[in-house]
Amino acid sequence: MKRFADLHLRVPLEDQTKTESMIRKASELGYSLVCIPISPQVTKEQISQLKHTCNDAKVDLATRVNLSPRNPNELLHSLRRYRRRFEIVAVRCHTKNVARQAAKDRRVDLLQFSVTNLRKRFFDESEAELASQAFSSLEIELAPILQLTSYSRIRLLSRLRKEVATAERFKVPITLSSGATDEQSMRRPHDYAALTTLFDLPISSALKALSENPWVTVERNREKLSSSYLAPGIRVAGRRTDD
Amino acid sequence: MIKREKRRYLAIEVASEQPVDKQTVLGAVQASVIRLFGEYGASKTNLKLIKYVPEKRQFVICCSHKMLEKVRAAIASIMETNGESATMHVVGVSGTLKALSKKT
Repeated sequence: MKRFADLHLRVPLEDQTKTESMIRKASELGYSLVCIPISPQVTKEQISQLKHTCNDAKVDLATRVNLSPRNPNELLHSLRRYRRRFEIVAVRCHTKNVARQAAKDRRVDLLQFSVTNLRKRFFDESEAELASQAFSSLEIELAPILQLTSYSRIRLLSRLRKEVATAERFKVPITLSSGATDEQSMRRPHDYAALTTLFDLPISSALKALSENPWVTVERNREKLSSSYLAPGIRVAGRRTDD
Repeated sequence: MIKREKRRYLAIEVASEQPVDKQTVLGAVQASVIRLFGEYGASKTNLKLIKYVPEKRQFVICCSHKMLEKVRAAIASIMETNGESATMHVVGVSGTLKALSKKT
């Protein structure tokens, strides 16, 4: 049985009731992992409270930080500061330079692009080639597809169709996430998979993008963040204690 | 001999503040199919409302098996019915009503 994950559930952390109801809803809809974007200034108590809420709803929690750097240097600075504090690092690419730097940096997990300004979607062949070498994924949020109407949605679907084809050609993993800010925009994983047929992503790839790809990213990062991790393929098996 | 068209039965759960009736649900699904795939696409879906199961609060509709994913996409993209915000979730899909009632 597939374990589904929603890597971008945008819960309003200041509203405890709404946060709890959205996490419970995610669990009811069949997700076993939710990833909640957290401000870098958040305290450890707030994170542990969030983990407690997720435990009650029987859903796993992964912490995520959304970076929106203005230039490549700012991106590198933010990565140095936050990479070891969060399980998922997503970069919203506002400029081409940032997009290229994010695509080639192995510390970046998810590449995000604007859904309203399509000129700021820089996912082309060069970007895909860099991303495929650095194991970063292309993140596609599905809430905008539900919320946009008429020409805005048509243009977005057309753009996504091209990007998905490019990603598949260069073997860049695709991660589908809800990007939901309320319960109204939350759907079951199979419903999201059906929605992706609108931009010609095959159902099998869509299900992989909702289950396998996000889990691989989260598990890889959890291993890297664990105290026993030394380098890729090398980990501490046990420690000798001298009597 | 003309081959019989295969169907898929879908159980739909509606989440809305106001109670909705069968015709509203079918109308919303049809409108969504037309919005996404046009009249030509809608003509291929063969959408029909089968029944409402009050104890499970589920509506059962059927469609052509070739258009299943398109109908699911249309159902997922519904954000309102009759001007009120509402969402629809497909809770089960099957080739027969008997199997569907076992699944949901």
